[in-house]
Amino acid sequence: MILLDHLCRDYLVGGQTLRALADVSETIEAGEHVAIMGPSGSGKSTLLNLLGCLDRPTNGRYVLDGQEVSGLSTHELSMVRRHKIGFVFQSYHLISRLTATGNVELPMVFAGIPRSERLKRVAETLDWVGLSARAHHRPDQLSGGERQRVAIARSISMKPRLLLADEPTGNLDSAAGAQILEILETMNRDGLTVITVTHDPGVGQRAQRVLVLADGEVVRRVPGREIVEAYADFNREQQASAGSSS
Amino acid sequence: MMILDCLRMAGTALVRQRLRTGLSLLGVAIGVMSVIVLTSLGEGARRYVTGQFASLGTNLLVVIPGKNETTGGLPGMGGAPEDLTLQDAEAIVRRIPGANAVAPMSMATDLVSYGERGRQVPVIGTTSDFMIARHLRMAEGSFLPDVDNDRGAPIAVVGKKLAKELFRGERPVGKVVRVGDWRIRVIGVMDSRGVSVGLDMDDCVLVPVATGMRMFNRSSLFRILVDVKVRADQDETKNQVIRLLADRHQEEDVTVLTQDAVVSSFSSILNVLTMALAGIGGISLAVAGVGIMNVMLVSVSERTFEVGLMKAVGAKEHQILGVFLLEASLLSSLGGGIGLGLGLLSVEILGKVFPKFPAASPLWAIGLSIGVSVTVGVVFGLIPAHRASRLDPVVALARSK
Repeated sequence: MILLDHLCRDYLVGGQTLRALADVSETIEAGEHVAIMGPSGSGKSTLLNLLGCLDRPTNGRYVLDGQEVSGLSTHELSMVRRHKIGFVFQSYHLISRLTATGNVELPMVFAGIPRSERLKRVAETLDWVGLSARAHHRPDQLSGGERQRVAIARSISMKPRLLLADEPTGNLDSAAGAQILEILETMNRDGLTVITVTHDPGVGQRAQRVLVLADGEVVRRVPGREIVEAYADFNREQQASAGSSS
Repeated sequence: MMILDCLRMAGTALVRQRLRTGLSLLGVAIGVMSVIVLTSLGEGARRYVTGQFASLGTNLLVVIPGKNETTGGLPGMGGAPEDLTLQDAEAIVRRIPGANAVAPMSMATDLVSYGERGRQVPVIGTTSDFMIARHLRMAEGSFLPDVDNDRGAPIAVVGKKLAKELFRGERPVGKVVRVGDWRIRVIGVMDSRGVSVGLDMDDCVLVPVATGMRMFNRSSLFRILVDVKVRADQDETKNQVIRLLADRHQEEDVTVLTQDAVVSSFSSILNVLTMALAGIGGISLAVAGVGIMNVMLVSVSERTFEVGLMKAVGAKEHQILGVFLLEASLLSSLGGGIGLGLGLLSVEILGKVFPKFPAASPLWAIGLSIGVSVTVGVVFGLIPAHRASRLDPVVALARSK
């Protein structure tokens, strides 16, 4: 479903080229649950932005569902995001003046779906994340966990093939976080491809496999169940390397 | 994305920022109100002045000594090579068949008194034809008799207001008043006519033209009024009068004004004034537009993450442009609507306070102010909306972290 072929992303900072992602080649099958881990600045967000078609690679190919998307226009990328990709963000990114219904409805508004159909889908998705009773509440009237569930409902309202979650439990307590992970796993079991960026090995171990990034490269590919130990080793190596270089 | 959805999004965004929205609305409303009120004043002035001239009668020719065609200044203000005389007026009566009534006028201001009461009022020496030319009616008594112009009887017709003030309940007809050193018998009181081209017919005295000329020690006339029988013949009659007087004076040295020309001339001048006033109002509308742009720029800046989110969920650039543009347009249109309401209300109040002043906003000003206010929203909303639509989604989303 996803093919990354020697994907690179450079940024020009202060006249100098900074390589944020270096030669990433990876295949992610449809229906997989993959976690991306790594220290700050390792390129996790850059990779997520490329996967979400929010950004374009400097070099390399990104094929999504058989479509080469790395060379698409801004307009075409919007259409890919609209129909194929759902986003869940760490800080929810709900529009504060809109109710839960209004927020979940948003992608469908831009897709031009008639209001009656939109409201039907909103009711279904909010019901699916257990927030039917909160449909007319604004974000400031919801708990953190509820806000993230609204964000999840929004991300699946257009029935995407790929869900990208950026630290989905980062702002939540453990109970709410567990609930969110449960929802993501359920969606994954139903066939949705889920890619989660996280710092938390506890979240990573719920994925089928984990890609560990360092300095813009995938340095480890680890099955999710082994990530806790593997990530501890990785961190030790990183610290040792940092100690020796200093 | 449907227009209703756009409106809903724009509406909720505006409602969310009540103070900012309110101030922007106020700015546009004041701009539109200024245009409406100022153009109403201009239009009121135009209507008032043209109304004043029209009240003289639309078939009227006014013969004024002096010719000012080359300078374009107001006739009668420059020097007069040859005076207008009673003989000129009589020649018009005899030789111009299209003239229905010919009223020579001499005029001065003098003290008019009855007993201990008196004051300075305009005194006009004229003939019985003045009644026809100025569309006058009598309240009581009779108007100046139809006699030879050189017969200067010591008689007078007074305006209604003057009669009321001088005689305080006594019947004026038959009473003798003093006009300067003259003792004059009142033979009639004119019905109320009001102010017309600066002359209050309710507050003046009419005497036979010969009496007036002797009273003011003048041998020439102030002007001659000619009432034309058929309106369609007005221009022809005007030319005949000019030719006749040119023959008599050996040169073309009079100006003959038609009511249409005067009304049209004043109307044009006052139309320009109205447009100038609309321009002044328009400036405040432009200032309001800058205010909207400022508000929208702040709004875009504050809602950067929202734009990033819209892009993340698949909004296209033109859709985001549309959302912000509609928001700006909504702001300016609502402000325009409020301004229009307040403007029309102000004009209504103005009409009640000054009933004689026919203030009324011209339709073009209403249409223009609404059109401009909406355009202001679109034009000044364009830069912020464009900026929003071109935001990089990665940068926009990162800024909100």
